[in-house]
Amino acid sequence: MTEEIIIAGFGGQGVLSMGQIICYSGVMQGKEVSWMPSYGPEMRGGTANCTAIISDEQISSPVLTQFDTAIVLNQPSMDKFEDAVKPGGLLIYEENGMTRKPKRTDINICSIAAYDESVKMNNTKVFNMIVIGGLLEVKPIIELKNVIKGLEKVLPERYHHLIPLNEEAIHKGMKIIHKEHTLN
Amino acid sequence: MKGNEALAEAAIRAGADAYFGYPITPQSEVIEYLMRENPVDRTGMQVLQAESEIAAINMVYGAAGCGKRAMTSSSSPGISLKMEGLSYIAGAELPCLVVNVVRAGPGLGTIQPSQSDYFQAVKGGGHGDYKLIVLAPATVQESVDYVRLGFELAFKYRNPVMILSDGIIGQMMEKVELFEQQPRLDVEFEWATLGKKPDKDSVIVTSLQLQSEEQEKVNLRLQAKYREVEKNEVRYETYGCEDAEYLFAAYGSCARITRKAMEMARARGIKVGLLRPQTLYPFPADAINGLADQVKGILTVEMNAGQMVEDVRLAVNGKVPVKFYGRFGGMIPSPDEILEALEQKIIGG
Repeated sequence: MTEEIIIAGFGGQGVLSMGQIICYSGVMQGKEVSWMPSYGPEMRGGTANCTAIISDEQISSPVLTQFDTAIVLNQPSMDKFEDAVKPGGLLIYEENGMTRKPKRTDINICSIAAYDESVKMNNTKVFNMIVIGGLLEVKPIIELKNVIKGLEKVLPERYHHLIPLNEEAIHKGMKIIHKEHTLN
Repeated sequence: MKGNEALAEAAIRAGADAYFGYPITPQSEVIEYLMRENPVDRTGMQVLQAESEIAAINMVYGAAGCGKRAMTSSSSPGISLKMEGLSYIAGAELPCLVVNVVRAGPGLGTIQPSQSDYFQAVKGGGHGDYKLIVLAPATVQESVDYVRLGFELAFKYRNPVMILSDGIIGQMMEKVELFEQQPRLDVEFEWATLGKKPDKDSVIVTSLQLQSEEQEKVNLRLQAKYREVEKNEVRYETYGCEDAEYLFAAYGSCARITRKAMEMARARGIKVGLLRPQTLYPFPADAINGLADQVKGILTVEMNAGQMVEDVRLAVNGKVPVKFYGRFGGMIPSPDEILEALEQKIIGG
């Protein structure tokens, strides 16, 4: 199993930490992982992205142009990465702020209203965990218990009391993700 | 762990006595990590942010002159500033470790990853007839392991060692196994300036020999040392070379991207292997020359306009065509591009 994921959005949406959580969770599940951020000019304002790879085998290139899964959280990221999803792959997009729907018909497409849901939870910081929940629902590459273990690893101990809130956000994401286009 | 942070932790664990540095993207996490970790309480290792890159390398020179395990790190423009100091350290035959997390140039260039400092690292950079031992990690794990190896080689040969990394390896995160804490050095080297003992001659650390006869002796001694290094310290890895009809040559992060291209090529039935130098100096010339008897052509892939390809051509010595594919300016070649280049330049060429 090798899962190559690109996560892209605005800086501040938790794009880089989403990738890190997925990778740490992968480590907890005994997988090989690789996380490569965009750290260039884009990180100094505007869009940010990271590549997360989880595999049973040693990972060769940490940098990719084609992905099994793309998670896009704003319109510029959709424009940039919709075409980078491998045929038969998965595109997850955040509904809020999108001005157009994806055009591809040869991939699985899901939408998630994670921002609206995070507002309902009175905590927009859990936005990215809702998105992770959505991913795990449609592509259970990692077990939930290992995500929690990953969170324990990523978060400094003084924030560990927030883990139940994050777990709740993951469950919300699992519930609200909407399959828009599913390949047979 | 993040590449730069893992490397910084490795410096503490390798028993380094001192780190002198100055921040620059994409290697700032090295000094940030060391400042945060404050290893003086853990091991006694001193960490100092110098007023400039030039000051930092000269502090390394001073510490090395006292027989201490000293290191610095920077990225391309900062490394250029250190070149005078490095030449002096090589001339004075002192051990030290320098890390270059390469970004694209020339000039200030951009902060994105590149391999455009190969010539500077391998062919000199500073003035005079000297060599650095150059280690090229391709993984975060190797970034860690090469810190310990780098110090070992530096002291074995009393020569500066450079870890030639790049923005990808510095910034990426992957699984890493850290080695156990090594003790700091507890040796008074006879070449170190530790104060004159009554029964011994004074030790002078210098790279200055005004008499040509003396300078030539120094040069001959250095050259003899470099031949030893070339004999003993060549390191490389090969992948899929047993049945290879074609060969990729690539180092560092670019070798990993090339390995992906190799996997894609093999899925299409193209028998291609990969040779990845882990030491750029000494260069695995014999291994490449040997493979040139077996393969029909070699494609060198780099994130520059073609630098290591010159050493590959020297090693192959005309036996088979050696072609080049590269992206530069902070652009990263994709596995698809590399495979296409193999098909067009080597298989079809």
